[in-house]
Amino acid sequence: MADTVATGVAAPHGADGTRRDFLFLATGAGLAVGVGAVAWPFVSSMAPDAATIAAGAPIEVDLAPIQDGQIINVFWRGKLIFVRNRTEKEIQDLRAVPMSDLIDPQTDAARTKEGHEKWLVVYGNCTHLGCVPAGHSGPYDGWACPCHGSLFDASGRVRRGPAPSNLPVPPYAFQSDTKIRIGEEGGGKAAA
Amino acid sequence: MSAHATTYVPKSRFAKWFESRLPIAGLIHSSFIAFPVPRNLNYFWTFGAILIAMLGIQIVTGVWLAMHYTATATEAFNSVEHIMRDVNYGWLLRYAHANGASMFFVAVYIHIFRGLYYGSYKAPREVLYILGVIIYLLMMATAFLGYTLPWGQMSFWGATVITNILAAIPVVGDTIQSLLWGGYSVGNPTINRFFSLHYLLPWMIAGVVVLHVWALHVTGQNNPTGIPIKSGKDAVPFTPYATIKDVFATVVFMILFAWFIFYQPNYLGHADNYVPANPAVTPAHIVPEWYFLPFYAILRAVPDKLGGVILMFGAVLILAFAPWLDTSRVRSTNYRPIYRQFFWLFVIVCIVLGWLGAKPPEGGYVLAARICTAYYFAHFLLVMPLVGLFETPKALPGSILESVTGPGKQVSGSGLPAGAAAAPTTKG
Repeated sequence: MADTVATGVAAPHGADGTRRDFLFLATGAGLAVGVGAVAWPFVSSMAPDAATIAAGAPIEVDLAPIQDGQIINVFWRGKLIFVRNRTEKEIQDLRAVPMSDLIDPQTDAARTKEGHEKWLVVYGNCTHLGCVPAGHSGPYDGWACPCHGSLFDASGRVRRGPAPSNLPVPPYAFQSDTKIRIGEEGGGKAAA
Repeated sequence: MSAHATTYVPKSRFAKWFESRLPIAGLIHSSFIAFPVPRNLNYFWTFGAILIAMLGIQIVTGVWLAMHYTATATEAFNSVEHIMRDVNYGWLLRYAHANGASMFFVAVYIHIFRGLYYGSYKAPREVLYILGVIIYLLMMATAFLGYTLPWGQMSFWGATVITNILAAIPVVGDTIQSLLWGGYSVGNPTINRFFSLHYLLPWMIAGVVVLHVWALHVTGQNNPTGIPIKSGKDAVPFTPYATIKDVFATVVFMILFAWFIFYQPNYLGHADNYVPANPAVTPAHIVPEWYFLPFYAILRAVPDKLGGVILMFGAVLILAFAPWLDTSRVRSTNYRPIYRQFFWLFVIVCIVLGWLGAKPPEGGYVLAARICTAYYFAHFLLVMPLVGLFETPKALPGSILESVTGPGKQVSGSGLPAGAAAAPTTKG
């Protein structure tokens, strides 16, 4: 080899070239795997940690003290949730709304639990950029967002943008007529 | 850079010994002492120096504030009040840092509009200019992260709104949001990592500033005529001419800065941020800091969430394409009678957008924001390409010297020998 360098005459390729190709590919592959293996823990460490996930266990809410027409705020996983005890008139009005009037069409029945239609449970952050809409305000007697003017009805359905979708319904189930458990659907299925 | 020609001559034995091992003194000499600058630069060219001063002030006050600040959701607000009430001169450090961010943006906006007016983005300064756009983006990220740290109502809801903007990105939006939050909503892990990133980004800005200044010293500075340095008489040495002018302008700028710190420290802030963060209540009137208002107005002008987000980011990114969108061969708007009117219309539109960003999103304000947003993009996508093609520019002066003294006059003066000014002209 030393002779080759000194005279500047390249060694015949053949087998030597193949070995270099192999080293090049092996080094490249090793580097790619290595970079990925090192990057993964850094990215993964930014995801919700075990304590945060543990603190997101389901919660129980007692509905008995909530008056007709009242909205209460509860927090689950740090997220605001509205629980609204709706009046009979509000429910009748919501049922009369034609689907063609809705931006994100969904019946009121699909957003409540059968037999418990007076109770509305929805996430309390506007689906536009996350502000908290004010309750019992706006022309639909639902919620009105102070940030960018989105309006929601008493079913939490968006009636005027910029919010693109209805206030989502969190996973929850009735334990009894006056108690709900937020964080899992009925039958003990945990939320994702 | 390795083959940096310099007129620096080390005098002492130590200087000779050191220069032959690390030629940094020669680099500084050729970049900031002997460097030829056009002799006709006006005060708009001092804002680069002012911006470096502001970056330095932000880093120093920030490092000192970090000695007293606690980045947790429960303690952050209290620790800021602790800085204000208990720490010696803590009020000064905090007011300097908070108002310093605003002054930083005042200076950067003047700097950007100066570049747009005099065509400093055009060849051969495209890379220099794009590095500036990158610095501007990093500044916006840093300012946003910093604004969340006091964990008042505006901090919390600003963080919520901005991280929800990212959730509009298709497919990966929710994942990005979750990685930023470190939870299911803005909370303790969020403020922790925002503090870490807020401390990191200024050093990245400093790194890109070095590249920005490096690129500037390769192409040489633009000037109010937009024509390159042609002979030594077009230029003067950086020191003392530019140095003293930069320092003087910086001192004047610091007077404005000091006026805000000592007389109007909360004028540019929001009273709601002195209310601790409350995830159950959004302030009735939520607006970002003044320097984001034009982009906020663009976001709200679009009735569609994703569309608004795309236009808002597009409004910043479109700046980077200006070198190729502008078809005129004349750099300086001084010699472009038609474009000049569009330029000032663009400035007015940006200011009006800023005003609209602070107004509630209803009625005539939304319509006005839509018209202004349309013009903002039309300025880049229609006015810049078309006016450059159809406009007849005014006659350019024969040289920078001629623009200062009038045509045909001989001057004696502080010009540089032709050789000293030669390097920038070869590229300009």
